[in-house]
Amino acid sequence: MSTLEFRTAIRDAIAEELDRDPSVIFFGEDVAVAGGVFKATPGLFERFGPERVFDTPISELALAGMAYGAAVTGLRPVFEVMFGDFMALPMDSLVNQAAKFWYISNEQGTVPLVVRSAVGGGGRFGAIHSQTHGTWYQGVPGLKIVFPSSPAEAKGLLKASIRDDNPVVFLEHKRLYSVKGPPPDQEVIPIGQAGIPRRGDDLTIVSIGKSVNDALAAADALAEDGISAEVVDLRSLRPLDVDTVLESVSRTNRLLAVEEGPLTGGWAAGLLGAVAARGLHDLDDAWILATAETPIPYSPTLEDAFIPSTDSILASIRSRAGVVAS
Amino acid sequence: MANVQSAQHTGTGTIFLDAYGRMLLIRLFETAMHRLFLEGEVHGTTHLYAGQEAVAVGTCLALTPDDYATGTYRGHGHALAKGTAPDALIAEMLGRASGVCGGRAGSMNVIDLEHGLVGCYGIVGGSIAAGLGAALSAKRQGRVSVAFFGDGAANQGYFHECLNMAKVAMLPVVFVCENNFYAEFTPLAAATAGANIAGRAQAYDIPSCVVDGNDLWAVYAAADEAVRRARDGGGPTLLECQTYRHYGHSKSDPAAYRPPAEVEQWLDRDPLKLARSRLLDEGMAQERIVAVEAATGALMEEAVQNARDASYPDPVTDAATEFRG
Repeated sequence: MSTLEFRTAIRDAIAEELDRDPSVIFFGEDVAVAGGVFKATPGLFERFGPERVFDTPISELALAGMAYGAAVTGLRPVFEVMFGDFMALPMDSLVNQAAKFWYISNEQGTVPLVVRSAVGGGGRFGAIHSQTHGTWYQGVPGLKIVFPSSPAEAKGLLKASIRDDNPVVFLEHKRLYSVKGPPPDQEVIPIGQAGIPRRGDDLTIVSIGKSVNDALAAADALAEDGISAEVVDLRSLRPLDVDTVLESVSRTNRLLAVEEGPLTGGWAAGLLGAVAARGLHDLDDAWILATAETPIPYSPTLEDAFIPSTDSILASIRSRAGVVAS
Repeated sequence: MANVQSAQHTGTGTIFLDAYGRMLLIRLFETAMHRLFLEGEVHGTTHLYAGQEAVAVGTCLALTPDDYATGTYRGHGHALAKGTAPDALIAEMLGRASGVCGGRAGSMNVIDLEHGLVGCYGIVGGSIAAGLGAALSAKRQGRVSVAFFGDGAANQGYFHECLNMAKVAMLPVVFVCENNFYAEFTPLAAATAGANIAGRAQAYDIPSCVVDGNDLWAVYAAADEAVRRARDGGGPTLLECQTYRHYGHSKSDPAAYRPPAEVEQWLDRDPLKLARSRLLDEGMAQERIVAVEAATGALMEEAVQNARDASYPDPVTDAATEFRG
């Protein structure tokens, strides 16, 4: 089977949409001539030219405002804010302009923009190049927040994001760029529908992005213990597919949410709240594995202990009372 | 009203009479807003444009209807100058379903895409980036984009990031700073290093000039040159239009911080007075001016009445959705 590298999936998705729709443009810092600092976008500038693929100053606020202004006047901008941490800078444009436009304009027009960023820890980048900004934006109606876990999802979800008429915050975990996997079996993966990459009976592990892979590895190990774990891959934080989690929990009765981010204000807490509100009768247990409530540390020993991993997921499940083999 | 090709305005005639009428419409609109606010019909707060009318009208006179504009929270004048219907705008202020945004936006955030008004922005500086982005589309479409903003916005990151980007990408955008000398309550010089907004453009190699923002003809001439430059591929321009607001910053501000002599001096240079006397000086028949004034007054009275009579949006039947499906 042909394998697709995650970074190639990103590039192919952008290239195919640039090719398919002349209103798509792509810009950001060092994305064109240099091909991106994570080498996700080489060759696009050469193929599509400087009118459609271009480098910009280091001006995240202007980038987002420019994308918004272009999106409401007929273009479909895709732009890169290099690290997710930098997504603190363009917040006014994204939160107060792009996210509000469809509603407050009384649906006069749409804002088809995508902002891509590299996120997540494990790279020894320290506190301000390792964060995952999805939850910073999750509480904003009008924004979609998409976070793929595999090369296939990266391609299918990014193509869906570029075709989407709403502003999309797209997260790419740094530890996934070199991961290889099968290509998607559908051209676009709908935003807002969680996937179930592994079926199981005893426990549901729900996560998003890179942590889905850790959950799958943990599920393999649990199988040797006689525990059958189901893994739900949310794919997006907004819309949040609570229905798929509820359906899963109705069969497994136990729910672990794994979040690479702090417990307080995290997506996992909101998800467990929603599951409890609608499916308490199905729950025997529900808990969250998240990070400590500190900034992300630099030192390898500290960072490895900080970020959820296959081992920490296994340890959490094994230490949790009430999880038994079927 | 007249948003016609700039190449067509060669003389002083009807085009400036129409523009005077549009300025008067804005003035009467703001007078009505002031009254309706006191009556409790306008909710929250509102920022009146009275005194600054020549800037929006003179600039938009240099645009075509297809060109883009972005405005500020003091944006009623930007909308009316760009062509938004007064009854739809006043209904929006009153929160009515017939408002230009169905009552969802309110005073500070008006959007009217049909007339090229990309948006008005409740946060200082937001219009600068939105106008920059519209210029990215405009470049492909053979259009021009104008971003209106105040002197306070010249101290936002938006201003510096967007002027730089506009020049680097040579985008067809005109940055129109309405310098009314107060950022909310703070005088310009107290919070603006150098107190020279037009001068800041030099660092970005962007042409700029200071314009008498109370003189319709001066604003039009400067805007026309800037718009032509943008349309011809010459990139961005910054215009610093010096003007003055007749009211406080917002409805909660009596503007006691402004010296009475300063206010008096600016009221003497009321842009409507200046425009009217110039029209007369240039031979416009008084009866034609009076006819425009009467028609504009009647239009505004009718717009207010229509808005008062319009229904509020119904929260039960409101079909709002978070996303475009």
